[in-house]
Amino acid sequence: MSKKDEKEKAIALTGDSEASSPPDGAKKEENGSGGSILLFFIVGFIASLIVGWIVFPKLLYSQKKQPIDFNHALHVETVDEGCQSCHFFRDDGSFSGVPKLTQCTGCHEEAQGEDPEETKLVEEYVAKGREVPWLVYSRQPNCVFFSHAAHVKMAKMECVTCHGPIGESSHARIYEENRITGISRDIWGKNIAGLKRNSWDRMKMDECAECHASEAIKTEVSIETPMLGFFNNIIRLAFPGTEKPGRKNSVQTQHEACFVCHK
Amino acid sequence: MKNDQAKKYGMVIDLDKCTGCGACMVACMAENNIPFKEDESNKLDSITWMRVYQLTNGKPYPETDICYIPRPCMHCEGDHGHSPCVSVCPATATDYSQKTGIVSQIYTRCFGCRYCMAACPYHARYFNWWDPVWPNGMEKFLNPSVSPRMRGVVEKCSFCFHRHQLAMNKAFVEGRRELEENEYQTSCAQACPSGAIAFGDLNNPKHTVNQLAQPDNAHGGQPKNPEVFRLLEKLGTNPKVYYVSSREWVRRAGDNYLKNENPGKAH
Repeated sequence: MSKKDEKEKAIALTGDSEASSPPDGAKKEENGSGGSILLFFIVGFIASLIVGWIVFPKLLYSQKKQPIDFNHALHVETVDEGCQSCHFFRDDGSFSGVPKLTQCTGCHEEAQGEDPEETKLVEEYVAKGREVPWLVYSRQPNCVFFSHAAHVKMAKMECVTCHGPIGESSHARIYEENRITGISRDIWGKNIAGLKRNSWDRMKMDECAECHASEAIKTEVSIETPMLGFFNNIIRLAFPGTEKPGRKNSVQTQHEACFVCHK
Repeated sequence: MKNDQAKKYGMVIDLDKCTGCGACMVACMAENNIPFKEDESNKLDSITWMRVYQLTNGKPYPETDICYIPRPCMHCEGDHGHSPCVSVCPATATDYSQKTGIVSQIYTRCFGCRYCMAACPYHARYFNWWDPVWPNGMEKFLNPSVSPRMRGVVEKCSFCFHRHQLAMNKAFVEGRRELEENEYQTSCAQACPSGAIAFGDLNNPKHTVNQLAQPDNAHGGQPKNPEVFRLLEKLGTNPKVYYVSSREWVRRAGDNYLKNENPGKAH
């Protein structure tokens, strides 16, 4: 509607100028082209917004369904140890983020109920001894090293901080994969404008930096964001010698070497 | 790990034990997903994080002698961590960690200017002229702990840092923050059939590398053991890879003096 309004307005404007100053031909022409330029700008602007915010994300992300519609809520109710029943630390320090089939087989050697999804698991995977090809929402790009042990065991962080209340979901969400990078959309975040409301809305390096640049863990592993770096540089220049000890873990970044979280 | 003693991981290679078999090179290639081509004979563009060189004393038959020198990245400390490559990197892609003493290389940050390659006196850095091409099906057998590199970035030996990460994970789960000597060993050190390569914390007197090299931290890490030397010592790069040899010509070759130069007054 607004487009139509604009058009009418533009027509009205040109008509107006025609009526008020008929002898000045050159001025009339200028006014007329100005109106259509404005019109084209607005139409183009709206069109590019639609393309950028609606069409492009549709093209960029493929929609995939999980092999089995997993019900977290039901499982959490049934098992004894909550999340840790399936997501636990192995003896070698690795984390069972995506449990292996043996974890399922422990209970689902045979179907326990009538649910078609469970039947699928038993017939397709347990009986044939095939691993379930889960699509992992939180899989990071190749260059990232993430240690669950450091964050959960040492820093005592909650799972929810990064993963959200996934344990309360009763259906598996659609998995959206970036067709170019092959990475889940959960890493970049669903919001096109880049706004986030919860700490688990995205899993970009910015999210890591949110904690790793804060004062609390500055002496451990911290990332210096450009803005923070700018202010720190000013402080460093203005008050030399006031730098906190223990921060010089690396030579380039003055913090921890990038090698801690990159591989 | 807040204020405990900083580690300084390093290597001591016994050249009298090294037979030049190349097992360390193979182990390194496999461990670190190092790309290779069908024809690896062109050494200008082949990548070998660990490379074995051959030295000869250049004397005629009865006295002729050869020596093999395995050359990983030296992880130079330089002067307070200002190793040659770290000092020149404009992208913060390579860095010296005071905590572990390891010179890191972040492939996603590197934009391939190759200043570091020019700065490195040991030729330990390599440039990826092509994207890696793995033989059919080999992609499934790559090491998941090491990210494969792309065309246009520099790569080098990392002292198998991913093994440090994994060992730390295990330690964290067991509630520890310190590693035992045998928990973190590089791939080449484990693969060496003659046990010529020792790896560990140079700051820890209990570790083999410290006992072998006896580094003098007050004097740029110079070895107190007279049979131990470092490559191009006089450049002051303060490398963390030490070599042991009982042969004098090998020790001299390691620092490559001119004929009329006096090694004793080289600094």
